[in-house]
Amino acid sequence: MSIHHIRVTINGKLYEGDVEARTLLVHWLRDSLRLTGTHIGCDTSSCGACTILVDGKAVKSCTMLAVQADGRELLTVEGLEQNGKLHPLQEGFHVEHALQCGYCTPGMMMAALALLKRNPDPSEQEIREGISGNLCRCTGYVNIVKAIQYAAQKLREPQPEQVPAGSGGGGE
Amino acid sequence: MIPGPFDYQVASSVAEAIALLDQHGADAKVLAGGHSLIPLLRFRLASPAVLVDINRLRDLEYMQEADGTLHIGALTREVDLEASDLIRRRYPILADTARVIADPVVRNWATIGGNLAHADPANDHPATMLALGAQLVATGPTGQRLIPIEQFFTDSSFETTLQPNELLTEIRIPAPAERSGGAYLKLERKVGDYAIAGVAAYVVLDGAGHVTYAGIGLTNVGPTPIKARAAEQLLRGSTLDDAVIAQAARQAAAEAQPVSDLRGPADYKRAMVETLTMRALRQARSRATGGA
Repeated sequence: MSIHHIRVTINGKLYEGDVEARTLLVHWLRDSLRLTGTHIGCDTSSCGACTILVDGKAVKSCTMLAVQADGRELLTVEGLEQNGKLHPLQEGFHVEHALQCGYCTPGMMMAALALLKRNPDPSEQEIREGISGNLCRCTGYVNIVKAIQYAAQKLREPQPEQVPAGSGGGGE
Repeated sequence: MIPGPFDYQVASSVAEAIALLDQHGADAKVLAGGHSLIPLLRFRLASPAVLVDINRLRDLEYMQEADGTLHIGALTREVDLEASDLIRRRYPILADTARVIADPVVRNWATIGGNLAHADPANDHPATMLALGAQLVATGPTGQRLIPIEQFFTDSSFETTLQPNELLTEIRIPAPAERSGGAYLKLERKVGDYAIAGVAAYVVLDGAGHVTYAGIGLTNVGPTPIKARAAEQLLRGSTLDDAVIAQAARQAAAEAQPVSDLRGPADYKRAMVETLTMRALRQARSRATGGA
């Protein structure tokens, strides 16, 4: 059994720790770092509740070892909100009522985020395919698709408030 | 479930990976995408003493044509196969296959080499590689050797002819001849599931429309990936008309060895092999003659 010291950037912040080789990434996030927004559902990489981004790509964190994340950049659901402002995906899930129990929501939003990075203007079919590795057992997917469409549209709009100060933003 | 204890080593080069495999022998397992291995560890169905992580070997992620051959690095992720213009344009059967493996999130991490080396009869690439007549490059302490795909799988599930100190490093596929085409069709209950049955078909026609090469591979209808040799034999030299396609499809179904399980009774799976073979051959014919 080996113990490894890992350094991982999560939501822009550097975390370090010693992990057993067998520690799964999702367990390290939840149990050691207390980043409990990432959920554990099926435990077998079927349901997608544990989806996070690793170096920009969606990954099921129940099927990756924590030690594999060493030196990588992670984004979890906790990293979506910026300066107290909800991410357009979070806003979309709220506005379109895209959840009932909410268990699948973090993974669903992270899979959707990865989809929108790759394809900013997806069709309904592309959205459905993009989240096909994420299971929701409450609502069906109608409102989830609407929420992602909401976010896609919002993300495509110019967002002057996100232009860095001093860049002379605001003008078209 | 949490895996049992093991040591973990990151390989920073192919040579280092092989040295580690050579050192640890059968006690070691290669960790690529991990989407088969990590669940096995979690269920304690596998308990290797050492994992050799090859995920940092970026020089094993490539797709390129050279000398009439498509070379695919073993660590190429399914998502990259699926998205590749080269693959979609020249090897649509491979794009067919990649896009039905597991689900999009899994495909971000899962690798073509892992899909083959795991030798799960339910995995999708083996049938396609059998149909295409692929060759696999195994790299070991003394260099490389080429393994024809039909000699890669053994008679047992989850077993290959790779030696414990060899790493699957490349997949080689003959570049498409003129008038060649293939297709992979998978029947699944839902996204992310293994196939109820899957069929890969690949044909090459001569100028007169006669079949000069036929390959048929079957997914998840037996203890190993199945090459439907008798069905291929029926097709060779034929004009690939609907009658011979129907006959080959019946033969492929006869060569399947399905068992009844939660995905359906054996008779049903056999019937699905027939239907899927018929459809895959028709699509292969259409692609070979310039259609989609």
